[in-house]
Amino acid sequence: MSSQLRWKFIFIVGVLLFCVYGVIGVPDFPTSVRTLKDNLINRIKLGLDLKGGSHLVLQVQVEEAIGQRCDEAVDELTKQVREKNLLSATGEINRVDDTHILVRNLNPETSGTFRDIVSNQFTDWSMAPAAGETNGYLLTMKPSVISDLRTDTMNQALETITRRINALGLAEPTIAFTGRGNDEILVQLPGEGDPTRAKSVIQAGGQLELQLLADDQTYPSEAAALAAHNGVLPVGTMVVPGRSENSTAADQSDVYYILDRAPIVTGQDLRGATPQPSTNYPGQYEVDFELSTAAAARFGPFTESNIGHKMAIVLDHKVYTAPVINGRIDDRGEIEGNFSEDSAKDLALVLRAGALPASIKYLEERTVGPSLGADSIREGVRASIGSIIVVMIFLVIYYRLSGVNAVVALFLNLVILVAFMAYAGAVLTLPGIAGVILTIGMGVDSNVLVFERIREELRAGKANAPAVDIGFDRAFLTIIDTHVTTLVSCAFLFLFGTGPVRGFAVTLVIGLIANLFTSIYVSRAIFDLHLSRMERQAELSI
Amino acid sequence: MEFFHSVNIDWMGKAKYFVTLSLILLAVGWISILRNHGMRYGIDFRGGTLVYVRFAGKPPINDIRKGLEQAGLKNSTIQGISDTHDVASQNDVVIGLEQGSSDETLDAGKQKILDVLHKTFGTDTSGRPDFNAVTPSALTADLTEKDPLSLKTNAGDRYKELAASLTSARDSGHEGIITNFNELANVPGVTPAVLQTLASDYALSNFTVRDAEIVGPKVGAQLRRQALLATLYALAGMLVYIAFRFEWVYGAAAVIAVFHDVLITLGFFSLFHYEISLTVIAALLTLVGYSMNDTIVIFDRVREDIRLMRRDKFPDIVNKAINQTLSRTILTSGLTFLTVLVLYLLGGEVLRAFSFAMVVGVVVGTYSSFGIAAPIVVLWNKYHPSQGQGATVRAGSAAEKRVPAAARR
Repeated sequence: MSSQLRWKFIFIVGVLLFCVYGVIGVPDFPTSVRTLKDNLINRIKLGLDLKGGSHLVLQVQVEEAIGQRCDEAVDELTKQVREKNLLSATGEINRVDDTHILVRNLNPETSGTFRDIVSNQFTDWSMAPAAGETNGYLLTMKPSVISDLRTDTMNQALETITRRINALGLAEPTIAFTGRGNDEILVQLPGEGDPTRAKSVIQAGGQLELQLLADDQTYPSEAAALAAHNGVLPVGTMVVPGRSENSTAADQSDVYYILDRAPIVTGQDLRGATPQPSTNYPGQYEVDFELSTAAAARFGPFTESNIGHKMAIVLDHKVYTAPVINGRIDDRGEIEGNFSEDSAKDLALVLRAGALPASIKYLEERTVGPSLGADSIREGVRASIGSIIVVMIFLVIYYRLSGVNAVVALFLNLVILVAFMAYAGAVLTLPGIAGVILTIGMGVDSNVLVFERIREELRAGKANAPAVDIGFDRAFLTIIDTHVTTLVSCAFLFLFGTGPVRGFAVTLVIGLIANLFTSIYVSRAIFDLHLSRMERQAELSI
Repeated sequence: MEFFHSVNIDWMGKAKYFVTLSLILLAVGWISILRNHGMRYGIDFRGGTLVYVRFAGKPPINDIRKGLEQAGLKNSTIQGISDTHDVASQNDVVIGLEQGSSDETLDAGKQKILDVLHKTFGTDTSGRPDFNAVTPSALTADLTEKDPLSLKTNAGDRYKELAASLTSARDSGHEGIITNFNELANVPGVTPAVLQTLASDYALSNFTVRDAEIVGPKVGAQLRRQALLATLYALAGMLVYIAFRFEWVYGAAAVIAVFHDVLITLGFFSLFHYEISLTVIAALLTLVGYSMNDTIVIFDRVREDIRLMRRDKFPDIVNKAINQTLSRTILTSGLTFLTVLVLYLLGGEVLRAFSFAMVVGVVVGTYSSFGIAAPIVVLWNKYHPSQGQGATVRAGSAAEKRVPAAARR
């Protein structure tokens, strides 16, 4: 063996060892059949279509967060304008849509003060005289603010959902931004054949607010609440529906409260939340919460100065209870609401994880039952192995010793493919198997191209060594062309495709690169080794 | 061993037969598509609900249909599956539901279907969850709480293991359906106390949901558009690369040929009533890659032969190139065909549509290389003779020039 050839083989064996280690040697070196099997199963990550599990695509209603920001601005602006009395008798401030506010009929003499307020305090907004209004302005949310708000909302939604799912303690969930718009999140739960609980936990609002009642009264309807204040709500208050304290199973009708708009405490002030059997209603559950130190420092004095008043515990814009403040409360409270043990558990979880910045909508839900997944793996693997063996046997019959060479190259190709998928943490899915099949097809083709070419040269009367030389040289060009063409198409599929199409592209790219290595480099080295050992005149087994 | 030795077939002389064959295949397939009012899209692309249920015994399809109608699910379809290689699949049924109204929650259809099934088969749930639908995590939680093995400490891990072996016994050993808890008696770690706990905490239905897919209406259209765009971009990328390596007419011919393959395969899909799903898109992409590979091998040889046979006519050169690579074509195609045929026969129902596309695609893809792509190049050369011959072909890569003089015999 020439030293060049020796180095080639050292390199090939090195690659092989690296790959085999990558598949079965991580995380612990296998010492028994069991650890070997465990490593193998852990390293080859199967997609949900093969393993079973749930796949959810949800859309965050980002517009809601923008609209909410707009509402807040309208409220704040109204408050300031009323305090300084800047509006004329017919003046009004209205939200036009999610990103526009129209201010009409300002007092002409104080419009300068108004402009100062907007440009100093409402920096997220740009202001222009409103068309068709004499003393009106149109406020538009700045595009940079909108795009920041979108990004923040999406990031916060992803974080919140991740925390909620993690709290469920499921195995290896995937939560990530996904494809089409900029507002979609993918949730994958391997092994979970029933996504119902995960979905209800994801979807729960979890927006907790403690608000003081403006008048300590409850009303049977929204109209009644308004009527009690002569049709105009007190400044800085809102009407919120709620569960009636004495509601029964038969009577589920809502009551209405008038609450101070500014919450004393919000979900962000929570340090913890735990489900507890209810002390007041035996058999029911409640959720006890604990406030952070900073919030407790506010809450203590506040409750002390409002003893005798009622405070509403508002969850997702609905009043759950409105107890009377009997004494100073520092850092604890409870939410009562006819909860079962499970719903109390889930609510506590949601409160701990924080509120979603906007509501969500499900776009896609797929569940592959574990039994179907098991079937797919069994049948897919059986069929693949079966067909690979048939191909290999045929290659050996047709090309004799050279066929063995092709089988070695093909086998190495598969080992490299699997190893690289393991190292890259890529997931094998059904479309991925399609990629593997195409890889095998092109691997066989590369070998056949070379062998047929060598045969041609031998028929033309060449000696063994030059025939092998020319065979590889000529086929090299073809193999490069076919592989690069497919790689180019994979690049486009990866860039523009979604989920399954991408999975196909990734597997195929790895397979094609492995194939270039095995069918050109490895196969050639084996030929050279064989040629260096055989008699010059002997017939090449091809 | 060798199949072909110095064949001499006038492929280009027969080109009109190939083109006629292609036109017939295209016409048959696309008439079928028109008659069926367009392609049948899978749930991915259409939007809607699909629930794939396996029953313990032969499913009473008429009862299910009646139940669905009573529940007001009028647009439902019920389809039995009979996979000859999987005996248990005779009891499988796929229930489909068209897209509901847009303001309905996404999984409302699925819930209704499940309710109908529970009602039709009188599962005595009495508030208990169905064991055939329980997930390992939920089972672990329940077992840990009830602690039938009286473990107290370290119970979590032990029960996690027990729940995993119970559910895997259900899914692999019993095809996903347990009809009596005693079937689980042989699972390692199971004691009578465990079985008792299971029996008191869980109901047993006589069916299990193997697969459920719910796709919103907008998503379907988007996915369809995106898959189409990705494929078109990929084709354009290939065209540019081949045009760069050969000549633009070769690139165009190759892309037309694979386009032709895809169209014919789609026609066959319609003829045999398969649906186009995302997985099938992967199969179509595979066949595009495969057919392209085949075409490039022939073009490569044409390019090489042009340099060797400067005085021959272009169609003869192409004929020779096809004949020279015929042995390889038959061998590679034959083996790939064998592979996908095995996959089609043994791969199970999940891979059925996928491998069907491959079986059709390999045959059509192989034949389009010499039957469609090569004739296009020849035809072009007939009217633009200055372009095709010898010197104008941009072959000039380093490897090409390295070819020893001996090769030009």
